Amino acid sequence: MAAGAKRVEQLDRVVIRFAGDSGDGMQLTGDRFTSETAQLGNDISTLPNFPAEIRAPAGTLPGVSSFQVHFADYDILTPGDSPNVLVAMNPAALKANLSDLPAGADIIVNTDEFTKRNLAKVGYAASPLDDGSLDGYAVHPVALTSMTVGALSDLGVSKKDAERAKNMFALGLLSWMYSRPFESTLRFLERKFAKRPDLVAANKAAFQAGWNFGETTEDFAIRYEVKPAKMRPGTYRNITGNQALALGLVAAGVRSKLPVFLGAYPITPASDILHELSKHKKFGITTMQAEDEIAAIGAALGASYGGALGVTTTSGPGVALKGETISLAIALELPLVIVDVQRAGPSTGLPTKTEQADLNMALYGRHGEAPLAVIAPKSPSDCFHAAIEAARIALTYRTPVILLSDNYVANGSEPWLLPSPDDLPDLTVEYATEPNGEDGRFLPYLRDPSTLARPWAIPGTPGLEHRIGGLEKADKTGDISYDPANHEFMVRTRAARIEAIEVPDIEVEDDDENARVLVLGWGSTYGPIGAACRALRQRGLPIAQAHLRHMAPLPANLGEVLKAYDKVIIPEMNLGQLAHVIRAKYLVDAVPFNQISGLPFTAATLESMLEDVVKNG
Amino acid sequence: MASPTVELKLTAKDFKSDQEVRWCPGCGDYSILAAMQRFMPELGIPREKTVFISGIGCSSRFPYYMNTYGMHSIHGRAPAIATGLSASRPDLSVWVVTGDGDALSIGGNHLIHALRRNVNLKILLFNNRIYGLTKGQYSPTSELGKITKSTPAGSADSPFNPLSLALGAEASFVARTIDSDAKHLQSVLRAAAEHEGSAFVEIYQNCNIFNDGAFELIKDSSTRDDHLIRLEQGKPITFGSEQQFSVVHPAGAFGLSVRESAALDGESPVTHDATVDDPAYAFALSRLSGSDLNTTPIGVFRNVIRPTYDQLVQKQLEDAKAQVTGTPDEMLDDLLNAADTWTIV
Repeated sequence: MAAGAKRVEQLDRVVIRFAGDSGDGMQLTGDRFTSETAQLGNDISTLPNFPAEIRAPAGTLPGVSSFQVHFADYDILTPGDSPNVLVAMNPAALKANLSDLPAGADIIVNTDEFTKRNLAKVGYAASPLDDGSLDGYAVHPVALTSMTVGALSDLGVSKKDAERAKNMFALGLLSWMYSRPFESTLRFLERKFAKRPDLVAANKAAFQAGWNFGETTEDFAIRYEVKPAKMRPGTYRNITGNQALALGLVAAGVRSKLPVFLGAYPITPASDILHELSKHKKFGITTMQAEDEIAAIGAALGASYGGALGVTTTSGPGVALKGETISLAIALELPLVIVDVQRAGPSTGLPTKTEQADLNMALYGRHGEAPLAVIAPKSPSDCFHAAIEAARIALTYRTPVILLSDNYVANGSEPWLLPSPDDLPDLTVEYATEPNGEDGRFLPYLRDPSTLARPWAIPGTPGLEHRIGGLEKADKTGDISYDPANHEFMVRTRAARIEAIEVPDIEVEDDDENARVLVLGWGSTYGPIGAACRALRQRGLPIAQAHLRHMAPLPANLGEVLKAYDKVIIPEMNLGQLAHVIRAKYLVDAVPFNQISGLPFTAATLESMLEDVVKNG
Repeated sequence: MASPTVELKLTAKDFKSDQEVRWCPGCGDYSILAAMQRFMPELGIPREKTVFISGIGCSSRFPYYMNTYGMHSIHGRAPAIATGLSASRPDLSVWVVTGDGDALSIGGNHLIHALRRNVNLKILLFNNRIYGLTKGQYSPTSELGKITKSTPAGSADSPFNPLSLALGAEASFVARTIDSDAKHLQSVLRAAAEHEGSAFVEIYQNCNIFNDGAFELIKDSSTRDDHLIRLEQGKPITFGSEQQFSVVHPAGAFGLSVRESAALDGESPVTHDATVDDPAYAFALSRLSGSDLNTTPIGVFRNVIRPTYDQLVQKQLEDAKAQVTGTPDEMLDDLLNAADTWTIV
């Protein structure tokens, strides 16, 4: 596969969207293109977008699945607002994605699928390839399916298998167009089809046919290059938020020297964390697929009681079910990590779409005064460090911690500069081994004066036998107590011990230090907010950005930071939940900016909103 | 389960906690607690290796009174919490104390799944056929038509037979006993403790405040013998003051029946064997008893060996340890790098 003699043009960034039927292998195609692109050293950000149905009826709009990859020769923060290139494997994919394309975008269509029947399925009266409706775009009609079948005619694979390889033809073509290194894809195909050598050969041949097609056809006159980005030195891999979160939990087990016990019930979009952790038993990790969400957290809490790092992973509907057990964990003062990969609600909502609307539930969604710590990762790779931080707080302060991820960071991916395990925090904890009271008595609720944590005395420790439970406990002894003054003291102490958790100060990005407007975000909106702020600054408009990772307790300097600006804007993928907290706690006239479409903010949306605020107040 | 330590010389007193017992005077729970405290030293398991986990209800106060490790958790969830503890700490002896509302109503799901997994738990269900702590509503074991505060016209739902339910959930050990029969209670607890896997024990327990006398037919010495069927391993199942009744398996029938011993027509009493692998036998035994208690077997219905969840989970962990290479930090480093990586210099 030598490079052709075509003109090569340099680009600084490209956004490609692969779109097709749920069964067309678009996620895999996008994934492979991303991996090739990562090998080249571009900065990357990806966004998969797929229906909740596993296989919606073929060729229909609800069945369209897409994968967007943004790559550049500089560091980027989002998967890109609008694609420069759309690969549409059928009419439905074209129709579902066309409105996102800017004028002049390249559209590569699989003409074999533009049959009368398929056009009718999505309501095209005439083929958009013929009726002039795509005149504003650079359309490249390619008979993807038939050329793939033709290329594989000598390989003896069935017509069905040959047709299924068409996504590799598309990948080959795009890999040629953008000068991607393809060795990792060939190796991947060998691994994926290790038991079917005929499919390895077929898929490699399809990939090569696509590459060769690009090189020879006149329709593709230009080949593009995007030079590697200047990134910090080190070893990188591409990683999704769910993968990073799972690896963070493995790391938390290693760095705490504790067995990790995950109790989980399958739920979109959190199940991949269970899948990933179940592969790492050699680290002493137990994963239990429980009978329901309540059992999942119950088992995790039981394991924590026995001295493990108990973890449960779920999405919003699961957190709702776990509420009573979270309250129990607050009363028992045991370490527990609860991961909520948020999705759009209420109820089943949009299970494969993103939202940040579980913040209120995480902060307040329990009976009684039941405070706990809440933290939110800002990007896919940050999920790794957020998981470690959640474990640190849980173990140090003996408290449940809710980690609020969301579908956007969970399924999105980006390059990750791999940390060295030695540089990760030491999470070692000590179980109680000796009585701590007078006359050899053990006082399970006698607190450490600095952390306010109670001793973690695990079953099996002689001399420390004690009983704990959900009934109110007397200070120090932990005995059942109905005393009014004691209850008030314990409620206030449980609140105080969460407030006393040490969290880092929030940092403000305010390059020229002359901004009057602060945009405050939390969690997964970091990318689009950051990209919008950068764009404004490049245009000479000053703006300050601060991003919250610790939602409870909030950083100690937050009030001071907020009060230093004339205007505070809070964009969220909910109806203003953080804004409500900020207004109530700091009496700052923060202005919410909300989008609840199931999709992440685009940088352009935020840029235009913020531009208006900066210019007009 | 924790292995016995020979040198231990514990007494019932060692298992009494310093907490004042707060059940109503005359409650059947007192006798169960006393029997448990008397019986625990026999096991030879150190106190620190023993854990009682309960849910919510009168019976669920039990852990506070045992001088072992214990957790009074939330309504219905004790089997789930205990599963996490037992699976991650196979060195412990884990007991679940629950009631008919806790285990069969709000916690029904966790109970059946603990039993099907065969988690190494000893589950003691105190069945008083009433909600006591909430002051007298009918429970999922109350008889049909039960008149209570919440059902002034009588309950409209049929009760569970807890043993049939447990057997349907693939329980490997199923037994029944009565609060007032200390000797029988202790013998059943002993058998449960010796069982590897989930042991489900239904204990008929009298609530003298809200459902007094619920089990009088099989407690009162004047009626007891004609209604109580004492199952003994390897013995023919006969009962009655004069052993005038026999449990038989009529030809062509699916289940077991009670016949007058004198009128047996070529049939012979069934010989009890709790180790029969086919759960249909224990299920048939469980169907002899109903709300009316007219023919109520007690003892061990089923006691079979099958792999426990704890063993299978631990085996997977041990097998995985064979793949251990280097220190945990080194393994973590390998894991982080186990992907297509690239290096920027």
